[in-house]
Amino acid sequence: MAVDNDTVRRIAFLSRLKVEPDKLEETKQEFNKILAWVEELGEVNTDNVEPLVSVNNESLTLREDDVTAGHMSEAVLANAPAKEFGYFVVPKVVE
Amino acid sequence: MTDLTDLTISESLKKLKAKEISPVELTTAYIEKMKNNDKYNAYVTTTEDLALAQAKEAEKRYANGTNRPLEGIALGIKDLFCTKGVRTTACSHIIDNFVPQYESTVTQHLLDDGALFLGKLNLDEFAMGGSNETSCFGPVVNPWSKETKLVAGGSSGGSAAAVAAKMCAAATGTDTGGSIREPAAFCGVTGIKPTYGRCSRYGIVAFASSLDQAGPIAKDVTDCAILLNSMAGYDAKDSTSSKVDVPDFTSFIGKDIKGLKVGIPQEYRPDGLNKEISDYWDKAAQILKDAGAEIVSVSLPHTKYALPTYYVIAPAEASSNLARYDGVRYGNRKEGNGLDELYINTRTEGFGKEVKRRILIGTYVLSAGYYDAYYLKAQKVRRLIKNDFDEAFKKCDILLTPTSPIEPFAIGDKKMLENPINMYLNDVFTVSVNLAGLPAMSLPIGLSQNGLPFGMQLIGKAFDEETIFKTAYQLERGANFVRM
Repeated sequence: MAVDNDTVRRIAFLSRLKVEPDKLEETKQEFNKILAWVEELGEVNTDNVEPLVSVNNESLTLREDDVTAGHMSEAVLANAPAKEFGYFVVPKVVE
Repeated sequence: MTDLTDLTISESLKKLKAKEISPVELTTAYIEKMKNNDKYNAYVTTTEDLALAQAKEAEKRYANGTNRPLEGIALGIKDLFCTKGVRTTACSHIIDNFVPQYESTVTQHLLDDGALFLGKLNLDEFAMGGSNETSCFGPVVNPWSKETKLVAGGSSGGSAAAVAAKMCAAATGTDTGGSIREPAAFCGVTGIKPTYGRCSRYGIVAFASSLDQAGPIAKDVTDCAILLNSMAGYDAKDSTSSKVDVPDFTSFIGKDIKGLKVGIPQEYRPDGLNKEISDYWDKAAQILKDAGAEIVSVSLPHTKYALPTYYVIAPAEASSNLARYDGVRYGNRKEGNGLDELYINTRTEGFGKEVKRRILIGTYVLSAGYYDAYYLKAQKVRRLIKNDFDEAFKKCDILLTPTSPIEPFAIGDKKMLENPINMYLNDVFTVSVNLAGLPAMSLPIGLSQNGLPFGMQLIGKAFDEETIFKTAYQLERGANFVRM
């Protein structure tokens, strides 16, 4: 399945990345090279094969629903590029 | 006087305990090497003052007998491990100002055992690369380079080069598709990727969460065992960390391997495999045979599909993991009109080329309409690859393969850079292990005619690092590789 320029634009937006118009063709070609390569997987018969999501066979551990950490807003905000009154600052999102 | 940085960790600990050397002397010797060898670009952040303060503390502990298992051992830390109060960048511009407010579990274990940290080591951006050339701090230079500057391998290139050039006693690494083993092979040092779940991933900048695993890179097999003892163990903060008991890995050093069945996977010897590598592979098998092991031929029929499988699954997981870099909570930010533009500007400016490439591919294979054809298909083939290993391990106890199909290449090599797939192919012997979650070690076997190191890989059953350690030790003894 080769992708076209529109698909590259759409995937770039989904990824929240910008592909400059003059890089679009190059990106598309690279994309198609990699896709053609991974499409070798089509040769493998995977009928009745369960997908392997994780190699970890152990069941997940449950714990009491207790507060184990908290009151760390200063640490949480320490690396924020913009903060005010103990909050992260983002551009206006509601009118 | 002998150079203290020549000592392995096991030798250093003996001398420290006997008070023949002091932690401050030892640490100072490594700091000296860091300064003399900064041409290799192995460190991206150095913490000498912190290390010397810790060394003084270690001195007190040796004096009053409260010394811990790694007291005064100077380590380098791959800059993918969060270190409290010390900048952690993943070698990406997008978080090149990030100062973690917490310590990763693995580095906390090492600190609790008395190790001290000399600084943070270079890597491929977000560990995505096999040559350390995608780092925003520039490539690491392989200390074995002759006239031409060669790559140190990746992604833990800084870790492997620093150990080879004696700029630390050992280093931490992480391995998602070969990122401990390939650089270890390229730099003539020893590294182990333990079984998935052995080491907690808490506080390690995530790349592909179902594949990522931490491990040590060190001067020899024994030092890897000493370090893994400290790094491994269950952690409530990582739901995928394992509760399987952690044995004392050092107790398997020197154990004999009589009757051990060593499997040679036939698919790992394609036509056109480098002759020197092929010869060293035979030599390694002979060394193990001489030590009493039996060599058996095994088959891993889906080997040729491991790379395409990896290059669907790893980018898919990466595209999800890297969604967090949005310019809001941490890292660099590039303003824009509205939230979407803020995200787009931040990410487009912050990420490098290879990282963007993988995010795009990952987003595509997970997107509506393509999920089944790529992602689900790859997960099914991943099961078949794991089944191959399960079958092979019915016939043998451990597998022996080369680590890499090539020797270290030049920085800026055109063939590698013009087509990303050429670079991806270098992982041909290492990625299957991550897909199956198995432990594997790379150790040096000898030098090529060009005087560059080759690595051999030992792959074990899940949670059977002990067989790797005892086999690797015998191989190390037989190979008699001379470190730099």
